[in-house]
Amino acid sequence: MKLGYLAFKNLVSKPLNLLLSLMLLSLSVSLVTFVLQLSQQLGGQLSKNIAPFDMVIGAKGSPLQLVLSSVLHVDAPTGNINLKDAAVLKKHPFVQTAIPVSYGDNYKGYRILGTEANYLDHYNAELLEGMLFEKPFEVVAGHHVAHLLNLNIGDTFVSSHGLASGGTEVHDEHLFTIKGILKPSGTVVDQLLVTNLESIWLAHDHEEHSEEEEHIDKEDHAKESGNHQEHDHHGEDHDHEEAHLGDEHHEEKEITSLLVKFKSPLGMVQLPRFINENTSMQAALPGFEVQRLMRLLGSGVQTINGIALAILLVSGLSIFISLLKTIRERKQELALLRTYGLRTGQLLGLALLEGLFLALIGFVLGWLLGRLGIWVVSRYMQNEYGYGLQINAPEQFEFYLLGLILVLTTIATMLASRSIFKLNVAKTLSDV
Amino acid sequence: MVTTSNLSYAYQNGKEITFPDIDLTPGEHLLVIGPSGVGKTTFLYLMAGLLPSLKGKVSISGTTLNSLTRRQMDRFRGEHIGLIFQQYHFIKSLNVADNLKLRQHFPKNSNDKTRRNQLADRLGLSEHLHKKVTALSQGQQQRLGIALGLIHRPQIIFADEPTSNLDDVNCAKVIDLLKEEAEICKSSLLIITHDLRVMSHFKNQVTL
Repeated sequence: MKLGYLAFKNLVSKPLNLLLSLMLLSLSVSLVTFVLQLSQQLGGQLSKNIAPFDMVIGAKGSPLQLVLSSVLHVDAPTGNINLKDAAVLKKHPFVQTAIPVSYGDNYKGYRILGTEANYLDHYNAELLEGMLFEKPFEVVAGHHVAHLLNLNIGDTFVSSHGLASGGTEVHDEHLFTIKGILKPSGTVVDQLLVTNLESIWLAHDHEEHSEEEEHIDKEDHAKESGNHQEHDHHGEDHDHEEAHLGDEHHEEKEITSLLVKFKSPLGMVQLPRFINENTSMQAALPGFEVQRLMRLLGSGVQTINGIALAILLVSGLSIFISLLKTIRERKQELALLRTYGLRTGQLLGLALLEGLFLALIGFVLGWLLGRLGIWVVSRYMQNEYGYGLQINAPEQFEFYLLGLILVLTTIATMLASRSIFKLNVAKTLSDV
Repeated sequence: MVTTSNLSYAYQNGKEITFPDIDLTPGEHLLVIGPSGVGKTTFLYLMAGLLPSLKGKVSISGTTLNSLTRRQMDRFRGEHIGLIFQQYHFIKSLNVADNLKLRQHFPKNSNDKTRRNQLADRLGLSEHLHKKVTALSQGQQQRLGIALGLIHRPQIIFADEPTSNLDDVNCAKVIDLLKEEAEICKSSLLIITHDLRVMSHFKNQVTL
């Protein structure tokens, strides 16, 4: 029969008091831990994903949208730019690398990104199995996509137009083939199906062509030779296009954006302004845009933390009041314990244990609730944006929070227990 | 065993009572009788070291209570004194068995299950060990109160009106029980009462 057991029994003997105090406490803890985890993980994800590039060049529009769509792959693009215009920048002395990206199609909601192979190097993405894409319509799948869609080397799929899943228009003329699967990198690459630029151009050119050709086919069917099959016709068309890639066709080619890494910090100062003022394109700085986003998020986080702190104080007050009440109600029991030989200090210890149990249970419940929240949001984000969150082990800050709560509870208990020092045993047990 | 000399107590309203000197040898019992309001319970609490500011001297088993620190007093009381109250006091959040265990644990840190079961058996509480104390009948509560005063084998048992709420049959039973238990534990009984039914059972009496 330890004091701890008695304290626990006392605690659960008032289930409604217990419930109220626990709910308040766990609510505040879950709010603080949830919001902190969310903002930390979002911030971490964002900065990790924008780190490889200093500048994005795309069509005019919102710079935030350009960064979100071209670097983080969560928004629709602002439009297309001419590859020829963008290619000029590749030779600029301030530019270390410039990688064109082009997208607009998806497979089951996962983006198919047309780019160059060194895009993957920037994210340190390595192959888990298979090899990189070489020819059009060869695809390297991000680890997460491959896992979720159960894609294996050699699998084929057709893309759908647009960035959201369930698009009605399907490019069923072309089969993409999985050539490689990437190791998990913890970056946006995990959520992508990466192929070369030509694949995107071909899929889209073809779309336009085939519409035109359908026209022509109808009008001029008589002129064409009778045994000219449509399938062959398409094949020829491809050969033709591939042969001219990079030449005259290059000039007409469009990309969605150009991801730039500077050689010198001077580029950061000069190039964005130059591009924005002198070309029809827009330059956006991912670092700057993400910082702006996090500032907006930060004020939200602070508001919620303020609310959580208020709830925490109310929960401290509720623990204080409930302890004060139970100590008054149990005055006789405390006096009885004194006749059993318990010292005043042990009675204080009993009250303290009761308070600390409450705090500990409340904290653990609140922490679990916060992580449950992260899990729910993670599921939602995974479906909606392809970004998942991690369920992290307790962090240092959370131990500080636990410490704060324990200190708060100790103070509340001590204030509530002052009457124990003044306990008149004889008078309490029988009116002497 | 228990000796008092020149014991007196001043109430807050200024009234002062002087108590007769007593001297009990080990195993000897004493009945303190007197009408209500004469200060019997005060006398008992003074001897149990539960009231501060006593004048005079109390010693139990050779230990002078006046000389003990507050902390030593708490421990001494827990180990050597058994109290049976007029109004029953239990820890309501614990069941019957846990209430008994708790009394055994403090301050001797014992967990003598045999003793617990024997006592419960003799007091007719065996079937009720896992009940909540609030679910017990009056008679059962009284017996549990007695068990709590005895379970740790105290040298002296102070009982305050232990028969006040009982009918004749139960009154006789409780007195027998107390005497038997005191016999087994070689304890002294000091009962304060104004119940005439009790008096015929004890030779040694003091009137306040």
